[in-house]
Amino acid sequence: MADKTYPKPSAPAPGAGPGRLGGLDKAELLDLLRRMQLIRSFEERAGQMYGLRKIGGFCHLYNGQEAVGVGAVSALDLEADYVLTGYRDHGHALACGMDPKAIMAELFGKANGSSRGKGGSMHLFDASRHFLGGNGIVGAQIPVATGVAFAQAYRGRASGEGAKPTGATLCFFGDGAIHQGAFHESLNLARIWKLPAVYVVENNQWGMGTSWKRVSSLEEFHRMADGYGMVGVDVDGMDVLAVREVVAAARARALDEGIPTLIEAETYRYKGHSMSDPQKYRSREEVDEYRSRDPILVLKDRMAAAGLVTETEWEAMVKETDALVDESVAFAEAGPEPAPGALYEDVYATELAL
Amino acid sequence: MSVITYREALNRALDEELERDGSVFLMGEEVAEYDGAYKVSKGLLAKYGARRVVDTPITELGFTGLGVGAAMAGLRPVIEWMTHNFALLALDQVINEAAKMRSMSGGQFKVPIVFRGPNGPAEYLAAQHSQALASYWAHVPGLKVVAPATPADAYGLLKSAIRDDDPVVVLEAEMAYSWKGEVPDEEYLTPIGKADLKRPGSDVSIITFGKPLKIALEAAEALAAEGVSAEVLDLRTVRPLDEAAIRETARKTGRVVVVDESWPVASVGSHVAHLAARDAFDRLDAPVELVSGEDVPMPYNHGLELAAQPSVAKIVAAAHRALYKES
Repeated sequence: MADKTYPKPSAPAPGAGPGRLGGLDKAELLDLLRRMQLIRSFEERAGQMYGLRKIGGFCHLYNGQEAVGVGAVSALDLEADYVLTGYRDHGHALACGMDPKAIMAELFGKANGSSRGKGGSMHLFDASRHFLGGNGIVGAQIPVATGVAFAQAYRGRASGEGAKPTGATLCFFGDGAIHQGAFHESLNLARIWKLPAVYVVENNQWGMGTSWKRVSSLEEFHRMADGYGMVGVDVDGMDVLAVREVVAAARARALDEGIPTLIEAETYRYKGHSMSDPQKYRSREEVDEYRSRDPILVLKDRMAAAGLVTETEWEAMVKETDALVDESVAFAEAGPEPAPGALYEDVYATELAL
Repeated sequence: MSVITYREALNRALDEELERDGSVFLMGEEVAEYDGAYKVSKGLLAKYGARRVVDTPITELGFTGLGVGAAMAGLRPVIEWMTHNFALLALDQVINEAAKMRSMSGGQFKVPIVFRGPNGPAEYLAAQHSQALASYWAHVPGLKVVAPATPADAYGLLKSAIRDDDPVVVLEAEMAYSWKGEVPDEEYLTPIGKADLKRPGSDVSIITFGKPLKIALEAAEALAAEGVSAEVLDLRTVRPLDEAAIRETARKTGRVVVVDESWPVASVGSHVAHLAARDAFDRLDAPVELVSGEDVPMPYNHGLELAAQPSVAKIVAAAHRALYKES
């Protein structure tokens, strides 16, 4: 269900015309809308399951940021491209087409989870979808993603110095990660070696309980690209079509010109930093202001205005995604606990000599 | 059989593996145009080009993490740290990324990467450039850690490390780069996880790894001169430890001296001493001795820095204690 491939970014993208928005036809637009709604529904349920103590530990929800994950990933070709992210990863995993059942089972810590119950909420991975996780250390995925891009360039250049990379790598991280050395070291490496990397900072305004404005030397994160001779772009992270467009352009720039891009997507998380966050640092009004720009409703309204979705279609979509999430919870509930013998499995790829 | 230096043995291993497998590349500070800070990579840029022998900026966290991603995407990076001291800047990428990726993903990914460079005290380098950090890596499940003490093992273990599908940390030693030894001319691999009995003996076991092997053998020679037969076991790999070999020698002689140039607290040496005590308790005739680096930051002054390290005299004295013999 969820793993239908996105329209390939290399496909011709005629501009808006009759029956189209952002160069996409109705089926493609419905697909974006559905993916965002699936994330929303999944996250709402994950929150409930956390409340019921079916899920433990840290659980960071993506509600409100759906347009960034879905818009960005929709501009990739996951046969060739890769995606890495931090710990707020459920939405990115779903955007990459990961099976919601395997994700929910992983959140429950079950043996039928995507990491067999070893990873949990912060460590989702799907090798087959080129989704390389799921990283719990703020910003640590940025050098790793840069290395994946290095591998793509390395393989491409096997046929000659100027040859194109085999794909691009997209790395998501939050506004909290942008002051880590890992970010700055990575941008420099990506630029000097012309790596096909696309860095997407999701500025959801709050690094845990710290306002980004209080801790950043610049208020425009995308300008940090200037310091490394890269391209920096900002985009409305509540607009899935706008995100898709800038990522598609960044991907093309990475592949064709070897120029990495830093994209700043202004967005907002509706929920706390994690499930244990009382959110005393922000006002109800602030949250409501962003909810009025809800990325799902924004796309739905635009589509409705263009005659590309009916209320009946929308209601059916909500029902279908809710049912898929119901099914995921049932799958997770029914899944077995990992066997005790699993404890020492998957620590090493090769048997130890002893 | 040729007599070559430890440095040349490492160079030969790198050269052969770069030649054999196009997914292997070498990356680090000064590895290419400068031919290596310690000349381990001498000639490799000229032979393999800048795509595969890559100079980095001084950005240990960045290029170590980059190596992890490249390994996840199917390459076999050899990351050279100019010294292990500087690798502390990259601890997060080794401990939280390389070592854990396989487990966190439920076995979906492997991370076939080598981290290598000189570790341990050198000379006149003071506290920040002269320290033995084996314990930092040996502590972490998901990593393998090797510590070649001879040119032959430097060659064989580095080749095994490059071919291994798990992250392997190689502890080399600046002082050992110019040591010479016999290395077979034909290609071979030294297995990871296997200790090597360097000298058989019957009265006391000296167990060590890495650079201190040299002084352990000298101490055994000194003990032989006074009629004491010392067995010397070179662990070669410190994760996974060859527990069977430790058990065997400890049970054979009943007296154990562990030598580790690291600080004594929570070290590989202290763990080996624990294993020997646990597995040979009923055969031991004396408490297990640990000759470690002194528990201080390395001083600059030469006399003081020598006093801070294990020595032949300290090993002989420890053996005497184990034998209830007056020094």
